[in-house]
Amino acid sequence: MVLKLILLLFALKGEVLNIKDVPNDDGSKLRIEYAIPFAVFDSAFIYRIEGKKSVKIDRLIHNEGAFIDDGLSYKGHYKYKLVIYSDTLQKVFESGLVSPKASWFDTSQFPLFLVVLLYTGLLLFYIQHARSGKSMYLRPIAGLQALDEAVGRATEMGRPILYVPGLSSLSDVATIAALNILSHITKKAGEYETKILVPVRDPIVYTIAREIVKESYYSIGRPDLYSEDDVFFATDSQFGYAAHVSGTMIREKTATNFFMGMFYAESLILSETGASTGAIQIAGTDAVTQLPFFIVTCDYTLMGEELYAASAYLSKDPMLTATLKGQDAMKLIILLVVGILSVLNLFGIHITLGLF
Amino acid sequence: MHISHDPWVWLAAILTLAIFSFLYKDNPFFKMAEHIFVGVATGYGFVYTWNNGIYPNLLKPLFVEHKLLFIIPFILGLMYLAVVVPKFSYFIRWPFAFLLGVGSGLSIPLAFKASLVEQIKYTILPNPHGMSIGLFINALLIFIGVITVVLYFYFSTPHEGVMKPITKTGIVFLMVGFGASFGYTVMARFSLLVGRFEFLLGKWLGLLSWLR
Repeated sequence: MVLKLILLLFALKGEVLNIKDVPNDDGSKLRIEYAIPFAVFDSAFIYRIEGKKSVKIDRLIHNEGAFIDDGLSYKGHYKYKLVIYSDTLQKVFESGLVSPKASWFDTSQFPLFLVVLLYTGLLLFYIQHARSGKSMYLRPIAGLQALDEAVGRATEMGRPILYVPGLSSLSDVATIAALNILSHITKKAGEYETKILVPVRDPIVYTIAREIVKESYYSIGRPDLYSEDDVFFATDSQFGYAAHVSGTMIREKTATNFFMGMFYAESLILSETGASTGAIQIAGTDAVTQLPFFIVTCDYTLMGEELYAASAYLSKDPMLTATLKGQDAMKLIILLVVGILSVLNLFGIHITLGLF
Repeated sequence: MHISHDPWVWLAAILTLAIFSFLYKDNPFFKMAEHIFVGVATGYGFVYTWNNGIYPNLLKPLFVEHKLLFIIPFILGLMYLAVVVPKFSYFIRWPFAFLLGVGSGLSIPLAFKASLVEQIKYTILPNPHGMSIGLFINALLIFIGVITVVLYFYFSTPHEGVMKPITKTGIVFLMVGFGASFGYTVMARFSLLVGRFEFLLGKWLGLLSWLR
């Protein structure tokens, strides 16, 4: 009788089964907290009841705990039932009807939003600075300075240039950077009347690469140099593409190979084949795992952000240079934050800024 | 020694040898294997995309289940094809604009969180109190590595004066990382090669069981 009374009190106070909404979500989660009022029990199960449907969602091992019930709908109404089996006793506790709440905004991300705002502000500041006509310094990058030299070499040898814009889609920043560089290389190749071959793996990148090459020839007044066969879709299979590009290098005897963009395991196959043909090779990628292969097999390698910076360097467009300056300013701020927080940590002062 | 009687094993072995023949020089066998590979992969890719993408995610919901909202991706998808009609080729700008807009919106906050915030979090030096000396040295190396490598990618100052030793240190960290990555990947490639030889010597020629 006393035990039953205690259990009833627990139940009334809602401490046996406590259902809470998970904040800052899309209304698909509820937090289930439980405290089984027995030191020892045989088994315990939690059921979710929606309308007349009851689904067993967890078997409890510990006396106390909490878990997230996922995959719910903010439009649904749910009840939870805790069933405890102990000796011959079976106790059932039921929660009230609850509904998960969907949030319009994830307020936990507010500090991150401020960081994005700060970064945007820096970019706008430098763009404004560029618009006022002030010059901005950028240090030279060896790989980019060698681009024209590499095009010139292909011209001297009377052989084509191979430009591989990576194997990824347009959603990769490296692909966008690669397409920007393609424009510069095509113009340069057009000036020297050197053929440029662009095998592509992604259908969307293929369409854009084709337009870029065509536009570049038009912009230097040589639309006659454009041939639809020079920019071609090879295959979307990774190693099929690698085999095809390797074959192209050997058969077309390309004098200069550019590997710009996102690469995966095929990077060494491509660049090693190119190196064996004696072609001058310039690579640029932000794929950390592939950079070592390009470094050992190519004459110049643009590492990570150097590839992104290439557009600003090659076009000398003040807007793009300003963007690069904005990124540099952000880097300094980040280093400053890391330095200050590290020093504070060393003195036992731990600050998270709501981010870390 | 039991040579395989399975024609598919023979085909796989011949194609493997044809691809390996490229190690000597470009030859008709490699060309044949290359073209079969490209052709089969493209055909497979088309069927795979149709069965796992276009039909279940677009055509079925739109034309079988009559979910009219799917008309939007359907039209956007058709706009890609406008590129083949020069008069309407400008339509392709719409799906591109949509793709870039949605892509940026989704990826920028994620990139800030995953690449930037997490990186900063684990770069900040911890309080050495109650920490082993080894762990603290590890944290210190990460701290110095990140600072010097980020400064290597700082484009607003030439790598001269104070920046010279800092960026030199940065490039040392980068090369150590690349060296480790290189070694690790080469090992993985060797295991792929071993797998291929196991296939040729074992499943095809049946030499492995004979040798054992």
